Amino acid sequence: MNVVEASGLGKRYGRTWALRECTLEIPAGRVAALVGPNGAGKSTLLNLAVGLTAPSAGAVTVLGGRRAGSPAALDGIAFVAQDTPLYKNLTVADMIYITRSLNRRFDQPYARARLDELGIPPKRKAGKLSGGQQAQLALTLALARRPRLLVLDEPVAMLDPVARHDFMATVLAAASADGVSVLLSSHVLTELERVASYLVLLSRGQVRLAGDVAGLLATRGQASLEELAMACLRETMPEVTR
Amino acid sequence: MTALTRPVRRDEDDARPRPVPWRRMAGVTWRQHRIALAGVAVLLGALAVWLWSIGTSLHHAYAAAVACQPASSAACGNLVNNFNRSATDHAMGSKGPGGVLLQLLPALIGAFAGAPVLARELETGTFRYAWTQGFGRWRWALAKLILLAVVLAAATAAFGALVSWYYQPEFATGHQALGLFQDSPLVTLFSLREVTFPAWTLTAFTIGALAGMLIRRVVPAIVATLAGYAGLAFAAGSFLREHYLAPLVTTSINFNLPGASTAWTISQWSTKGGRFAFAGGFPPMSLVNQFCSSVSPGKAGPADPFAQCLAQHGYTQWTSYQPASRFWPFQWIEGGWLLVLSALLVAATIWLVRRRAA
Repeated sequence: MNVVEASGLGKRYGRTWALRECTLEIPAGRVAALVGPNGAGKSTLLNLAVGLTAPSAGAVTVLGGRRAGSPAALDGIAFVAQDTPLYKNLTVADMIYITRSLNRRFDQPYARARLDELGIPPKRKAGKLSGGQQAQLALTLALARRPRLLVLDEPVAMLDPVARHDFMATVLAAASADGVSVLLSSHVLTELERVASYLVLLSRGQVRLAGDVAGLLATRGQASLEELAMACLRETMPEVTR
Repeated sequence: MTALTRPVRRDEDDARPRPVPWRRMAGVTWRQHRIALAGVAVLLGALAVWLWSIGTSLHHAYAAAVACQPASSAACGNLVNNFNRSATDHAMGSKGPGGVLLQLLPALIGAFAGAPVLARELETGTFRYAWTQGFGRWRWALAKLILLAVVLAAATAAFGALVSWYYQPEFATGHQALGLFQDSPLVTLFSLREVTFPAWTLTAFTIGALAGMLIRRVVPAIVATLAGYAGLAFAAGSFLREHYLAPLVTTSINFNLPGASTAWTISQWSTKGGRFAFAGGFPPMSLVNQFCSSVSPGKAGPADPFAQCLAQHGYTQWTSYQPASRFWPFQWIEGGWLLVLSALLVAATIWLVRRRAA
């Protein structure tokens, strides 16, 4: 099963194409990394996959053929958007209540235990938590929905190194222990090195490279994901070399 | 590291999940909007206590004036004057600031409760959270709007009943002879009664929701709501309301002196010998000088002295009016079209929620 399938997918804002001719198959059971410079179309692709945006061209399905944004798709996908938006004036307990109410499944014991472990008090307002704690809260709420696919948009961009490490550890635990497929976007390549097993490289709204990380490294003769991505970006964007 | 406590379930119905029940939105809506709802409750509660306390004294003044015997005595005249003063000069009287301020209530409640519902989500980015939950985004928006609308309608209907009680003595008929101040329920605070107050509040609320969806920012959406509401309320009061039912026409000159009738005068004109003479309730100065130079406007008696004078010279005064007995039909007509408008605004908002790109 593929967790995301796109064919000829495109999204236009006004006259500019944020994403063009995107054809992709991301297999299940992977941590897939969506990599590319700012403005490459990473957020656009993720928004299309979770159904927040409607495509201007082509089609995208998720979780084995479900239309993105359909009830069945929303039921199986948990999305943590960029800057982890939470209701800042609500308490952590309220956020748990709301997320539980809005979903068919919610693993409340997991959410409670995880937040306890992280030292996030339930009575504290979400807006009073540190950036790292807010990100962890958003991630915990997403995982407690027991999704089949977890989609994360630039999850660690705003976090300090320690918070970044902790966040990715939680993601990895869910992926390895519970078999959750993960699709995450990032421009912090070093952070993806340890976690990603599948790579999608975007630049200027187009897919430049997609495939199994190990396979790509072998065929391209690169030692690391970072080198691979940089080499590929230099090919497609000559100005990077200067 | 805490792992998920149960393995990810592969439900048979995963491909066609049962929708999350609507009732779950009650708690969600309450948690997200309790501050706005508490604000409305405090505002209406405080005004209700104030209205009740001054209303009690107005009702007492009215009862004393009506019960006074003999009606022609000086003491009774004082009681009548006392009531008329309370009815007109008081903060809530027809000339006081209170009535005007109350007119702002539907707009303020609707704008401050309605505009942020979607605008705040869009402004802070939390729509990316809300619209990707299993509940589904259009159901989420519809449930929220309907729940808030019902709560606001119930609160404002209760307040509208209190406003009606407050003005009851002024709208009462049958005591014109005593010279008690009277006002038309079709004119004074017509939009703040049992049916119209909730209807106008709903309209402002739904204008706010749509404006929030279109503008995507809380403060500009509130401003746009107030402006849109003001335009609609002005149009309804100035142009629409008088046409709800065809007005009645009378040639009685004893009709409708200011402050002495509960009917709503739409227009007045005079004819002589079957031909149009002049428009308005007051004759042109040339006619006054010609026929009625000896008549003084005096104080409002049982009939207009000029009209009486001109009637003797063959003039007929026509008045088109809406009788006070049409209060309830007018309430339901206005409430009805406002409710339809609100439903259309909600439908437009939901349509935008469904198709809006992030």
